[in-house]
Amino acid sequence: MENEKVLIKGNYAIAQAAVNAGCQCYFGYPITPQTEIGEYLSGKMQELGRGYVCAESELAAINMVMGAVSTGVKAMTSSSSCAVALMQEALSYAASDELPVVLVNVMRTGPGLGYIYPAQGDYNQSVYGGGNGDYKIIVLAPSTVQECIDYMYKAFYLAHKYRNPAILLADGLLGQMMEPATFGKYPYPEIDHSSWALSGAKGREARAIYSCAREEKKQIQHINNLFKKFEVIAKNETEWEEFMTEDADIILTAFGSMTRNIKAAMKVLRQKGIKVGCFRPITLSPFPYDRISELAKDGKDFIVVEMNMGQMFKDVKYAVNGKSQTSLVNRACGEWLSVEEIVSSVEKIMEKSYAASI
Amino acid sequence: MQQVFSIPKSMKENFRYTFCPGCDHGIAIRLVGEVLDELGIREKTISSTSIGCSVFIYDFLNIDCVEAPHGRAMASATGVKRAQPDKVVFTYQGDGDFASIGLAESLHAGLRGEKITAFMLNNTTYGMTGGQSGPTTMMGQITTTTPTGRNKEYFGYPIKMAEHYALCDGVAYSARVALDSVPHINEAKKAIKKAFQVQLDGLGLGFVEILSTCPTNWHMTPEQAHERVRTEMVETFHLGVFKDITSEVK
Repeated sequence: MENEKVLIKGNYAIAQAAVNAGCQCYFGYPITPQTEIGEYLSGKMQELGRGYVCAESELAAINMVMGAVSTGVKAMTSSSSCAVALMQEALSYAASDELPVVLVNVMRTGPGLGYIYPAQGDYNQSVYGGGNGDYKIIVLAPSTVQECIDYMYKAFYLAHKYRNPAILLADGLLGQMMEPATFGKYPYPEIDHSSWALSGAKGREARAIYSCAREEKKQIQHINNLFKKFEVIAKNETEWEEFMTEDADIILTAFGSMTRNIKAAMKVLRQKGIKVGCFRPITLSPFPYDRISELAKDGKDFIVVEMNMGQMFKDVKYAVNGKSQTSLVNRACGEWLSVEEIVSSVEKIMEKSYAASI
Repeated sequence: MQQVFSIPKSMKENFRYTFCPGCDHGIAIRLVGEVLDELGIREKTISSTSIGCSVFIYDFLNIDCVEAPHGRAMASATGVKRAQPDKVVFTYQGDGDFASIGLAESLHAGLRGEKITAFMLNNTTYGMTGGQSGPTTMMGQITTTTPTGRNKEYFGYPIKMAEHYALCDGVAYSARVALDSVPHINEAKKAIKKAFQVQLDGLGLGFVEILSTCPTNWHMTPEQAHERVRTEMVETFHLGVFKDITSEVK
């Protein structure tokens, strides 16, 4: 099974990858389009003698994860958009408590209940967070079922390595599609949590994990430390993918499963003689600002393609910082922007900027 | 010389006492500490803490603690126990935390029969925020948000948690105690011990609702506050054991 290529649905791939990563407990509440993750794990976790609770709510689910990981084990929850909104309070606590909470968000549409067609509207919710105060979350965006496995592994590793919550940000398309993939083994070292995790105060001082901040100076120091930690995460872990950017005049930029369509659109545009490259942030947080800035310095224009009203667009624009042109090709949700739509949008943008330049 | 009285080992040395004069938190926390000592479980105990005056348990008890957001202590405790089934896990919450904002988490932990222990201090008000009406505020009681007293038409009724919990199949033990007198304090300690014992025996959830004072927000002296527990509160919140499956097991 380990090295065998299997045809598997994204949600099942995520679930089995969590098992392989050594996830000891899963807590979740059903919501389409990610329900298969909890269904799969309900049987699997029992079989393996690990923990599983179909929680009474998403609030309960993520707080169960917080309790479990406070003892140093790997644990996770999964959910979707409007229900991930309910978990934002806990993410703020977990970031402040430096707890390695792992959350999978298989996005649907919003705002509000939205519906079950795919969208990428939770970029802001994931990257900027809906919880109170200053905190940062690690956000990984897979684009294939294979990457759902690879980055599920990595989400556990990074969350535990840095003691920081991590989100695997997939979407309904990835969750529901089947693709060939290989699981391999969990490729990362295990992290020793014995210096801080709760195990009962035996032969040592009692430990308390809390975010209650009664002393102002300590709290300022604590927040500064959290941000210093995230600087280290940004330095070590910022990850992106680039195709044919070297000679490109225009760089198509997307995250998650939209990456697939910009790669295909790039090929069509190249055949038409337009020098197009692709850039795809894999870690949405930390975001590859520096690399985008470098590319923009070389005069390369950016076209951001995403299924929301321009959420990642703002980060790209911030990175480009006026050094080149930045445009947006988007739709709020639903039917994925097709290769044809992307190609014709790029051509229109080019015509316009050509007209502007003469 | 024989030592006849000492601070429980499960309590920290030199803690700073932060509760108001006459508040029963001090007695309740001490009882929990004594029971942890007597059962010899301090070194394998983990507590999920709450929000409200009860939050400061980690200042007093010499045990591992993890905080939970307001109302989520029973979910957090569920997570701890599922990850570490061999540890002893308990929550120490106020009535607002346990029975208002956290009612869903509390009830479902009871229904699932989580092998954990829960203590809910019922002082009929939100103490930390200055005495607003809560889920346990009694009929006629004046608070900052029931300025003319709680009436059924406008505010509805208080919750009787120990009785509700007794209806949950997963709850092994549910009792209500008070701390207004030495006999009651002794009874309370027995109940607290039992609530841990059912967890240790793997029988289900152990729960004790502890009637307690809030002299500051009740605008009473400590003695008047305890008199209120003794005469008024027990009329609404009857003392006793509402469920004990160990008596059935026997």
